[in-house]
Amino acid sequence: MINSLLRYIFAFVVIVLVQVLILDNIQISRYAVPFLYVLFLLILPFETPGWLLLLLGFLLGLTIDLFEHTYGLHTAATVFAAWLRPGVLKIFSPRDGYMSNTRPGITDYGAGWFLKYASLIIFAHHFFLFYFEVFTFRHFFSTLWRVIVSTVFTLLLVILSQFFVHKPRTE
Amino acid sequence: MRNLLNLIYKYHYFLLFFFLESIAVSMGIRYNLYQKAGFVSFTENIAAFFNESISSFTDYFTLVETNRKLSLENTLLRNQLQRVYRSDELFFFGENDTLHRQKYFFTSARVISNTVTRMHNYLSLDKGRNQGIEPEMGVICPDGIVGITNGVTKNFTSVLSVLNLNFHVSAKLKKNDYFGTISWDGQDYRTVILSEIPYHVNIEKGDTIVTSGYSAVFPEGIPIGTVEEAVVENGNFYNIRVKLFTDFRHLTYVDVVRNLQKEEQQKLKNQ
Repeated sequence: MINSLLRYIFAFVVIVLVQVLILDNIQISRYAVPFLYVLFLLILPFETPGWLLLLLGFLLGLTIDLFEHTYGLHTAATVFAAWLRPGVLKIFSPRDGYMSNTRPGITDYGAGWFLKYASLIIFAHHFFLFYFEVFTFRHFFSTLWRVIVSTVFTLLLVILSQFFVHKPRTE
Repeated sequence: MRNLLNLIYKYHYFLLFFFLESIAVSMGIRYNLYQKAGFVSFTENIAAFFNESISSFTDYFTLVETNRKLSLENTLLRNQLQRVYRSDELFFFGENDTLHRQKYFFTSARVISNTVTRMHNYLSLDKGRNQGIEPEMGVICPDGIVGITNGVTKNFTSVLSVLNLNFHVSAKLKKNDYFGTISWDGQDYRTVILSEIPYHVNIEKGDTIVTSGYSAVFPEGIPIGTVEEAVVENGNFYNIRVKLFTDFRHLTYVDVVRNLQKEEQQKLKNQ
């Protein structure tokens, strides 16, 4: 229990550092900005209670906002994504539900499931974030294009992280 | 009462979401509306510490380029000095000269954080009120204009970048002094839009655009960019796409402009 708690705290710190130290400083294209930090919401255990999920989303967004000088934008988007997570998990639930002692990831539920689950949440997060940042629907399609390109980019990084970080569990 | 508690318990997930989301959204809206000037002092000092350590590291990557630009600027300045010394002795009046009063004063500062991919981009500088920087001062670099200071703390400044939908500055064509307004359309970090130039003006690709000096923020004649394409829109005015001289991806050192006569100039405007 303590062990897994430590593991998630460690994951939080690493993911935030990767976001603010590396990803915020590289720009592959002028459209695509990867926001890998959503990964932390994706990998939380199935049993995480709703209130904790929301509070963690709030904390995560606030931390990113602090570093990016965008007070509230990331917090709002991340809380929104955290709120959607239980619903999304329900939609993509396997026929006999999620088994205990498994975690939302490629190793336990396969690439197809993970892709659907991750892309929906990432898209929702990026959609909220980009439109809230522009603060207008005037340039609707150019913003949508930015949302889509960034979503694809974040998704690639999230999938990549699955192979690097998530080793199959031995227990 | 019991029913109320039950109700709250039943919908606690949504209520908590609603509560947290309203906090975040109201923060975000204030950030969007008030250009975060008020929030700067709140968190800037914490984040600035990290940003400064990051940028002290990344400075090394741009060292070659920065050195080249500095030496270039040195040469330029030296040339100007030579010219003044030799030909124009009229500039050598005493210190209390009332005819050629110094109007602008420049302070060098280092960029410690910068973005180009958002719709509202900002920079942070490592100098602040203690070093004499105030809100609404122009920021330039050797290549051209960078932005306008907006939030100032003791030791840090946030700058409204040219690449911000809220940025507007008066600019003119260098060759014939027709003036218009420079703003950013959020499309490309390398180009901005010059509007309000009447359609009868002769504009060619490659014409230089400089600041007009009407706004009291920037001195006259600070380079902005060159005309990339000009189309007449709605019959009367040009919509000119200007390629910026400043490369916003490689900003390291900038100059903050203090206009010593700004108050006087604005007082006159308000009368």
